[in-house]
Amino acid sequence: MSVTITVNGKAMEIEPGLTIDGLLTLLNVKREYTAVAVNRDVARKADYATVKLSEGDKVEIVRPMGGGA
Amino acid sequence: MYDTNLVLGGKEFTSRLIVGTGKYASMDIMRDAHEASGTEIITVAVRRVSLPSGESILDYIDTKRYTLLPNTAGCYTADEAIRTCYLAREAGLGEMVKLEVIGDQRTLFPDVEGLLEATKVLAREGFTVMPYSNDDPIIAKKLQDAGAACVMPLGAPIGSGLGIRNPYNIKIILESVTVPVIVDAGVGTASDAAIAMELGCDGVLMNTAIAGAQDAVSMARAMKLAVEAGRLAYKSGRIGKKLYATASSPIEGLPDWTS
Repeated sequence: MSVTITVNGKAMEIEPGLTIDGLLTLLNVKREYTAVAVNRDVARKADYATVKLSEGDKVEIVRPMGGGA
Repeated sequence: MYDTNLVLGGKEFTSRLIVGTGKYASMDIMRDAHEASGTEIITVAVRRVSLPSGESILDYIDTKRYTLLPNTAGCYTADEAIRTCYLAREAGLGEMVKLEVIGDQRTLFPDVEGLLEATKVLAREGFTVMPYSNDDPIIAKKLQDAGAACVMPLGAPIGSGLGIRNPYNIKIILESVTVPVIVDAGVGTASDAAIAMELGCDGVLMNTAIAGAQDAVSMARAMKLAVEAGRLAYKSGRIGKKLYATASSPIEGLPDWTS
């Protein structure tokens, strides 16, 4: 049984029990200057290894991009 | 001439020019423009990582040398802006934020109601809040009272290049607040930046004027010089304006050419 979550607006199937840390590794996302929000709440880096993603979770992974205003 | 530094969130800056990272033709040009501008503070947007994640803009910004200023561009509510600041802080981009709460897509004018609300929350949370506002002295004072580290009135709409459209309001804002006043948005060319500084502003923030110039790197240098020249002129105390001429050579000692 897999779990469906949304990552940066796209649906994604993951294994049950996958943590934020596991997701970042799976997606090969650089950790430096990256932040993650789950269901609108910003996740603390210290919690990445313990926060498990559940069915329907909306995950946003962000980092700095070019922009002025 | 002796000059004080620009102080924001307890940090001192020698350069009074803050620049952006958007719209550059290439990352190499952006890096060279930053260098030429002499800036010490660079603003960045916070956006979704493209997956798979590739090159980062921070590969082109020396974070040991420059202070990053994450912005909340694209946020239309206080809630979105606040959450974006939390994300930026968690990402390790620091606690100094350029706060934008936009009210309208066409003008990109600030929604001052949301801006004030977000400023209150973020200042309480320990952020160094730099709010982008309209050129209204009343909201400037309210933002200061809400805990803003500076106020950043617009010169003209973002990306418009129209310059300082209401220098009189900027002047009144300078009289209304004690926190630094940084003109954010609207600068089109060097003289616009100089005018802001001659009015007595503490700094200028710009992106498009540099990034969109045909030669972004030399425009960055022009802006550096303009900000410095404007600041120096302001500190030097300009002469008053008069309707009629006043000769700068003495009348006495003129040769007599009468025959």
